[in-house]
Amino acid sequence: MSQSLQITREKGVFLLLQMMRIRRFEEKAAEMYTKAKIRGFLHLYIGEEAVAVGITDLLGPEDNILATYREHGHALARGISANQIMAEMYGKVEGCSKGRGGSMHLFDAKKKFYGGNAIVASHLPVAVGLALASKKQEKADLTACFFGEGAMAEGEFHEAMNLAALWQLPLLMVCENNRYAMGTAVQYTHSNPDIEAKGKVYGIESATVDGMDVLSVRSAAEKAIEYIRLTGKPFFMVCNTYRFKAHSMFDAELYRDKMEVETWKKLDPIPKMQQYLLENFQFIESELKDLESACDQEVQQAVDFAEAGSWEPVENLQNYVYSPKE
Amino acid sequence: MAKITYREALKQGLREALHADPKVFLMGEDVGRYGGAFAVSKGLFQEFGPDRIMDVPLSESGFTGAGIGAALGGMKPIVEIMTVNFSLLAMDQIVNNAATLLHMSGGQIHVPIVIRISCGVGKQLGAQHSHSWEPLFAHIPGLNVISAGTHEDARGMLLTALKSPDPVILFEYTGLLNVEGEVPETAVEVDITKAKIRKEGKDLSLITYGSGVIKALEAAADLAVLGMDIEVLDLRSLRPLDEKAIFTSVQKTHRAIILEDAWRSVSISSEISARIMENVFYDLDAPVERLCGLEVPIPYPKHLEDACVPQKEQIVSQIRKMLSK
Repeated sequence: MSQSLQITREKGVFLLLQMMRIRRFEEKAAEMYTKAKIRGFLHLYIGEEAVAVGITDLLGPEDNILATYREHGHALARGISANQIMAEMYGKVEGCSKGRGGSMHLFDAKKKFYGGNAIVASHLPVAVGLALASKKQEKADLTACFFGEGAMAEGEFHEAMNLAALWQLPLLMVCENNRYAMGTAVQYTHSNPDIEAKGKVYGIESATVDGMDVLSVRSAAEKAIEYIRLTGKPFFMVCNTYRFKAHSMFDAELYRDKMEVETWKKLDPIPKMQQYLLENFQFIESELKDLESACDQEVQQAVDFAEAGSWEPVENLQNYVYSPKE
Repeated sequence: MAKITYREALKQGLREALHADPKVFLMGEDVGRYGGAFAVSKGLFQEFGPDRIMDVPLSESGFTGAGIGAALGGMKPIVEIMTVNFSLLAMDQIVNNAATLLHMSGGQIHVPIVIRISCGVGKQLGAQHSHSWEPLFAHIPGLNVISAGTHEDARGMLLTALKSPDPVILFEYTGLLNVEGEVPETAVEVDITKAKIRKEGKDLSLITYGSGVIKALEAAADLAVLGMDIEVLDLRSLRPLDEKAIFTSVQKTHRAIILEDAWRSVSISSEISARIMENVFYDLDAPVERLCGLEVPIPYPKHLEDACVPQKEQIVSQIRKMLSK
């Protein structure tokens, strides 16, 4: 790996910890799903952690983030607490969306985390608008918008890309290409399999990166963000990645070969980063154990927090349909 | 008082809004260099410049979503969807984002956007360009839906709508653009939560909105000559409905007809009829009646188009029948 000079030991350990937190959190979420503590849809990000972690690490507190319904990782990386996220998935008032959203609709206005969006590609035009507002108000912040390659077959992707380029907006468009739109592989959904080309046709600068390697993602994002901050123009980043788990908890995975999954698992970003730290920074086994137990502890606390949380009284059901009258 | 066209009233409202707050901007297809498809924003591009009068490509979902995002980012966008006929292309943004974000985020994310949509039938534009879809929008919790049936509202509703922390859908009527009407000299905000009695009467409540208001007033004038005293209630807000105004009027006249151009089934009139039954049934001297759009895609020939929506003569004869006069 050539990025060894670009990050400190401390930063490297932090990136590893972020990915491990997400992995551990989601493993626990899946467990709680099987215990019927969490219901509805639950989409796991396991395998794709390097993308959210590598990019979110470079965003400032004033930058906006929008993500898909597979967004637990982005929310954790952004700094929404595991407690609040787990409570949200339990449907408790203490959740980051007061329990109204669930797994697919995590929000935190203070952290500029605008979902948790579950209509594929619907948040892309909204991201354009947030970037437009920044430009109109001459703010220095940018908007990072995450979506899958499935979203790129939607009209809203193309409308959003056209507007972003037309209006020259400070927008980082991140395609998390995990190769499957739910259960349909990319070769059955895209006439042109060159995903990055779909940015180029709009005249948007772009890059394709190994989304299974957090340092590659971070390094590419660093350049992309520098470009956006310098020029105010959009950038399109394609992160090639893979989800190790099923699309959702209802998915029997009939559409992909077990061998394919096993092949991708060999590229798991977490052991890869552990190995990197070991080779470059003498990261030792006991340090890893410490990180693991920190993650275990955080996730267990989150479960305890969610369990102890409270249910919204039914008489409050119609709150938040409209803003309270002043 | 000044006499101006409905088009001029809309433009004055826009100008006033743009002057009042630098965060307000207008975005829509052909609103700038072209001057607006119906010349409503003509001259505003020259006056306010391209950043505040933004021409957008033909991408209803894209620019409506961008308006929603701009609202989240602290701006006060006015999104113009050229006609209601194209609004379905933006329906995902309006329903799944604008109307939903506040609730889905537990009250954190407000969407202060105003979406102006022109609407209506009567220009021989055929089935795809003659829709009356106010009921579709009025169905959605989280939206405020208002309808400008008079010149005063065409000018003033926008100003009030921009003060709302939540999304407002403002319906305007292409059929009224050249119609002249009286307004106060200066543009003022008008209340957008209340229905308004446009003509007081004691014999029957004629309840309507939008394109129905002027038709109702003309019919009421004809009926006055025949000795019938009709009350015309302009709903103005289609969501939420001003129930109190509806019930008060019905309790006074004991008879109600609801008039609209929209298709009859699952319409604004179905809803009002149901609410009258639920709340003031024993005040009625006769069953509630409805005059609505015929359930057919609007055809091109003038005589068939006219037959699709209630006309003045039909309103007059229905009321005479109901009052046995």
